[in-house]
Order: sequence, then structure tokens, then C-alpha cells
Amino acid sequence: MVRIENGRLQEHPIIDFERKKEVTIYFNGKPIKAFEGETVAAALYAAGVRVFSRSFRWHRPRGFFCAIGKCSACMMEVDGVPNVRTCKVYVRDGMQIRTQSGFPSAEKDAFSILDDVIDLVFPHGSHYKKFTSTKAVRNFMLKRMRKFTGFGNPPKVVYGGNAEYERIDTDVLVIGGGPGGMSAAINAGKYGAKVLLVDENPFLGGQLVKQTHRFFGSAKHRAGTRGIKIAKILEDELSKLENVDVRKETRVFGIYNGEAGAVQGGEKLLRIKAKKIVVATGAYERTLIFENNDLPGVYGAGGVQTLMNVYGIKPGDMGLIVGSGNVGLILTYQLMQAGVNVAAIVEAMPRIGGYFVHAAKVRRLGVPIYVRHTILKAIGKNSVEAAIIAQLDDKWQPIPGTEKKVDCDFICVAVGLSPTHELLYQAGCQMKFVPELGGMVPLRTKYNETTVSGLYVAGDVAGIEEATAAIMEGRIAGIHAAVMLGYGGDEAKEELDEAVKDLEEFRAGPFGEKIICGLEKCVLESEVTI
Amino acid sequence: MKYLERGYLEKDELPPFPSRERLMKKSVAYIECPQPIPCSPCYESCPADAVKMENINDPPEVDYEKCTGCMKCIRVCPGLAIFMLRIREDGKGEVTLQYEFLPWLKKGDRVKLLNRKGEEIGEGVVNWVLPPERNDNTSLVRVEVDENLIFDVRAIRPVGDINEG
Ligand SMILES: Cc1cc2nc3c(=O)[nH]c(=O)nc-3n(C[C@H](O)[C@H](O)[C@H](O)COP(=O)(O)OP(=O)(O)OC[C@H]3O[C@@H](n4cnc5c(N)ncnc54)[C@H](O)[C@@H]3O)c2cc1C
Ligand code: SF4
Ligand code: SF4
Ligand code: FES
Repeated sequence: MVRIENGRLQEHPIIDFERKKEVTIYFNGKPIKAFEGETVAAALYAAGVRVFSRSFRWHRPRGFFCAIGKCSACMMEVDGVPNVRTCKVYVRDGMQIRTQSGFPSAEKDAFSILDDVIDLVFPHGSHYKKFTSTKAVRNFMLKRMRKFTGFGNPPKVVYGGNAEYERIDTDVLVIGGGPGGMSAAINAGKYGAKVLLVDENPFLGGQLVKQTHRFFGSAKHRAGTRGIKIAKILEDELSKLENVDVRKETRVFGIYNGEAGAVQGGEKLLRIKAKKIVVATGAYERTLIFENNDLPGVYGAGGVQTLMNVYGIKPGDMGLIVGSGNVGLILTYQLMQAGVNVAAIVEAMPRIGGYFVHAAKVRRLGVPIYVRHTILKAIGKNSVEAAIIAQLDDKWQPIPGTEKKVDCDFICVAVGLSPTHELLYQAGCQMKFVPELGGMVPLRTKYNETTVSGLYVAGDVAGIEEATAAIMEGRIAGIHAAVMLGYGGDEAKEELDEAVKDLEEFRAGPFGEKIICGLEKCVLESEVTI
Repeated sequence: MKYLERGYLEKDELPPFPSRERLMKKSVAYIECPQPIPCSPCYESCPADAVKMENINDPPEVDYEKCTGCMKCIRVCPGLAIFMLRIREDGKGEVTLQYEFLPWLKKGDRVKLLNRKGEEIGEGVVNWVLPPERNDNTSLVRVEVDENLIFDVRAIRPVGDINEG
């Protein structure tokens, strides 16, 4: 058994949680204990808060989902600023947090009754037609409606900081500090290119920071090393390169003809002129359609990993995992390591999607794996209390009579990821829908350069794969960028060929087949010479 | 690939058993990793050249005669797929497995023995551990079991663990 205090794990077989200074934050006026370094959402979760917001129209309860700033289910008012994603801001002593939808609060929302009746009294689109007689009425009602829907109040405070502006010139800009981006920065940097690496998080590592298990691959690719350690190893390598500048808490919002706009620390605007840009922005989690899939307690698998492995917060007592890919299987094992029970894993396909060895290690601890099964609905009023699962027939339809109720207090959706590709669209890259790679991905050369000259991709944003492949892609993109800028000479060119070969070999097995099949659809044929 | 419908291996899917004679000599690595995946630490770590693998995607195959029982492979396998097996002169069996749960187990602890499906098939006693701090937080635990259980015991739980599934 793992010791828990205040919703937080006090011990863990793999991770040492170093909690920093204790602080007090106020949630709807009520003091809550938190630790520096925790996000607001994590601290609230540890304190037992499950309802983070209400949906606009029906006032249905919403909890967090992704925990990495991609879904907006966790928006609240923080220190007077509305619509803040609380999973991306860190606690500060005295911070005032308010839910912005629901009356009197999101948790106990008198308007939740609307879930049943709103279509009768206020049909879709009626806000365009009703209350428009005079300007005064319209303005008055607009304010009421805004409050009602929970879009947040206009800020009550005037921004008091010092907005700064900085121009930066660099050879290579790398966007995203996950394994793909770090590897690109290291490999461009080691041949002498001037590199700037930015990441919106206050830490590097991307998704690696929650991977407590040992990685697969060969020793050359750091197999047998835990993901969390791989992140540290890469960061150490980066810090040894003097020509690589790293800026954390820096988010790129646009790429304009070789220049990127970014905001650092929420205050400083950066205009970054780069000869080459590597986009390594990773991926976000998909969700699944089933009844009540918006109920608090239905979480993304990665969201639960973040909560548990980064912040050391216990997600619940009994989980149900939907999806048996490696993420679902690994998460199951990690939950058990944190002392959380897993009721079952359900998988719609006729067989387990991830590695057999990952499945075997939870199966032998007694976790049932139901293939050809799906979740039909989540049950619960303000948060998950149970789920109904059922068997599927050959046409993917639930077989009547096979429904089973599974008691659980949270559900993890582990049904795959989609590339975080917005910047690529915006920059004008040619995109293509390739299901094998997880969705819309950019066309690219075998050196990972997109149709926008000098713009590269690496890692999950180029196609959902895994960390080892992300590192290998980063290596290719980084070296190619350096070579094209005249760095590294023959040695770099040789390494580039080797890097391409390494990746081909890595993908040669059955698990690489799908990727190769996807790549055939989006790798540009035109042979690039270097 | 029936095993992918279940998450465990049935008897007829298991790798060949080492002979009783071999098991009596010293402990031997028994690897349950049938699926081609890009993984090779077992192969790379083996100093005796006992793990056969031509390509990183090949499932490993152990040459039981070459295996010296040195345990290098079980220390690093990320799939927790390797078990050291032995039959002692007194007829008792021993299974060594990787263990990553709290509380950490110590010599003398009694444990429940689980098979590949998580079913309880008896009790055993821990008679040796490699503590977690000496192996990157993956402890190795050796349990003493009935001789006829060495091909079935694949997981353990401390007796009295509240977390029983
Ligand atoms: C839940 C989960 C479990 C996984 N388990 C495994 C596993 O066991 N083994 C394995 O090999 N792989 C695993 N993976 C996959 C692996 O973690 C990813 O493939 C790998 O992290 C991808 O690396 P990346 O560098 O492409 O992206 P990420 O690691 O996602 O990093 C992207 C980074 O970009 C930053 N970013 C995004 N947009 C911007 C912007 N506009 N400006 C600035 N920064 C930005 C993000 O903050 C993030 O840090 C898992 C993934 C997930 C989600
Ligand atoms: S126990 Fe030692 S000799 Fe035997 S397979 Fe493993 S590493 Fe090789
Ligand atoms: S190290 Fe373990 S998981 Fe990897 S191939 Fe060898 S036995 Fe399989
Ligand atoms: S944006 Fe905060 S939980 Fe998704």
C-alpha cells in the first residue's frame, strides 16, 4: 500500500516527489493547501474538487480532461483574469481562484436543471433573435447571458506588468522541448549551429516527464532507461552546448516567413528570426464518443499520468481503462504502482493493441482485459460512479444482453493521439490526412523537411509514434538543418545517412509496418540532395 | 497470436522448457516475450551469448546450455518478461522475478503466488532480493515455491496486501 496524505502520494516505488513550499490558495473563497510547483488544477484535484466548470448551454458538470492545456475543460478565473486554463498555471500563495460558470458555484449549480429543460425555454439560436428590441436591453441581456454561459467576466484588474519586446536572430529555432525537439536542438547544436529551443512548459521533456517505465529499443537508444531519466539525460546534453539557448515558459503562436512570434513568461513578446525552424510540438489526446463522456472522472490517459506521475496526486480508487494500446497498458501498471486499483481494460479491437509484454504484466496482477468490448456509458451525477461496458459483434455493434456494470470512480480514455499541427497549417505546410499517423500530418522529405522550405518536423507532430522514434527524427531534422546551413562538413553528412538508416531499421518490425505504410502516403518522392 | 486476445500465454504458447537436469544445475533465464517488438536489452546485456536475436524486432530465444544464470538480462528487461528458474537439490523450486511495488519485499516475507492470469496458486517465501536502489528501482525477488509451480508462478503479492484485485 502506498501512503496518501491530502490526496497526495507520500511514497512511490519509482518516483521521488520533492514537494516545495506549502502555500494557501483560495477556491471560491475557501482556503486550500497546495505546494509550489503544482498547477492550480492539480492542487484543486488533490483537495477533492472534481467539477471545474459547467458547459455553456446545458450547465453540465465538467472536470479536467487533458491536464496539459489542450482541452479547455478546466477554465476558471484566476486573480481576476477570466478563462485561465488552470492545468497550465502554477499556484502562488494567496491566489484567488473562482469557477466562472454555475450559480452559486460550478459544483453546486442551481442552473444544472437546464440540462433537462433548456431546449424548451431557450431553443438553439434564440440569443440571436430574442432581447434585441433596443440597445439597452441587448447590452443588459448580453451581460446576463455571458455570466450564465460561463464565458467569464471581463477582467476586473488592469494588467500591471511590464510588457517587454525582444528580437532574436538564430540559425535554428526548435519549437517544443519534448524528446523530438531536444534531440533536434542537440544535433543541430553539436555541429555548431546557433540554436534556440523554446517550450511552453516550465520544464523540458514533453510527454517523457510522466513515463516512469523503462523504455524499449536497443541500448544505443537508451532502452532499459526510464522515460523520466531520458528527459534528464537529453537536458544535460543540451546544457553542455553553449550555442544552444533554451527558453522555457515560451509559447510560439505563429510562424511568418521564417520568423516566429512567441510569448515568454506571459509578459515578453519575442520576434525570432530563424534560418531553419523545427516544429516538434507533440500531440494531444483523442476522446471517444459514449454517453456521459463529459462527466468529471472521464479523463485522458495522459491527463491521469500527469496528475499522478508529475504531481503525485492520486486520481481515484478504482479506474477503468478504455483502450489497450501501450499508453493504456502502461498507465494501468503505473496506477497499480501508485496503489490505485484497475477494474478492467476494454478494447474494441479483437486483440490487444500494445505490446504483449505490457499486457502480460498487468494481466498477471489480475486486471481483466476485455477485447471486442467497448464502453457504452458513464454513470454518475457530478462525477463518475460506474460505467457500462458491452461486447461488440463483427460489425462493431454492442451485443444486447452483454452489458456489464463496472464500479469505478474514474475512466481513462486511452484511444490514441492526434498531432498538434496548428502551427504547420498556419505556416502554410501542405497537410494530408493519414490515419496510420494519427490524423493530419505534413508532407515531408525523408529528412523531415516540409513543403515550406527550411521548416522541419520531428516527433509526434509528424505522425504519432513514440519517444525513441521522436528522438531519431529530431536527430535527422537537426543534422539536416545544420548541414544545409554549412555546418559539420562530411562528418555531419555521414551521420545524417546513418541516422536515416537507424530509423529505417527501427521501423522494420511489425509495429513499424503501420508507420511505414502511413509514411508512404506523405513522404515526398523528390530525392533531396545534400 | 491468440495470446494477444488474452494478455497471457497458454501452455502451448510457452517457449520450450529447460530440462530438469539443466534446472538442477543452476538457475536459468526463461523468457516469455513471443511478439516481435523493437527491443533488445536482453540480447545486448548477455555476456554468454545465450540470447539469440538476429534483428532488433526478433523475439529472443535462450540457449539454456549457454546461459550461466548471471541475471544480467533480468535486471534490464523493460517488459518484465524474464524469469530466472531453478530446482534445488532438496527438490524445492525457485523463481526470480522483477518487482516494482511498495512495500518493497525482504528476505523472509511470505507472498501469495499468482499465475499468468492473476489467479492465486499458493504461497511462497522470499529467500533473496536485489534491493531496488541497486537496480534503478526495479527490485529482483526470488521466491521459494513447489517444484511443479516454477512454470506457473509469474507474479507475487505480499500476504495481507489490501490492494488485492
Ligand atoms: C500518455 C502517453 C504515454 C506514452 N508512453 C510512451 C512510452 O511508454 N514509450 C514511448 O516510447 N513513448 C510513449 N509515449 C509517446 C512519447 O511520449 C511521445 O511519442 C513523445 O514524447 C513525442 O515526443 P515529441 O517531442 O514529439 O512531443 P512531446 O513529448 O509531446 O513534446 C512536445 C512539446 O512541445 C511543447 N509545445 C507544444 N506546442 C508548443 C508551442 N506552440 N510553443 C512552445 N512549445 C510548444 C509542449 O509543451 C511539449 O513539451 C507516450 C505518449 C503519451 C501521450
Ligand atoms: S542469465 Fe545471463 S547468461 Fe543467462 S541469458 Fe541472461 S544474461 Fe545471458
Ligand atoms: S529485453 Fe525483455 S522485453 Fe525486450 S526483447 Fe528482451 S525479453 Fe523482450
Ligand atoms: S486544458 Fe486544462 S484540463 Fe485540458
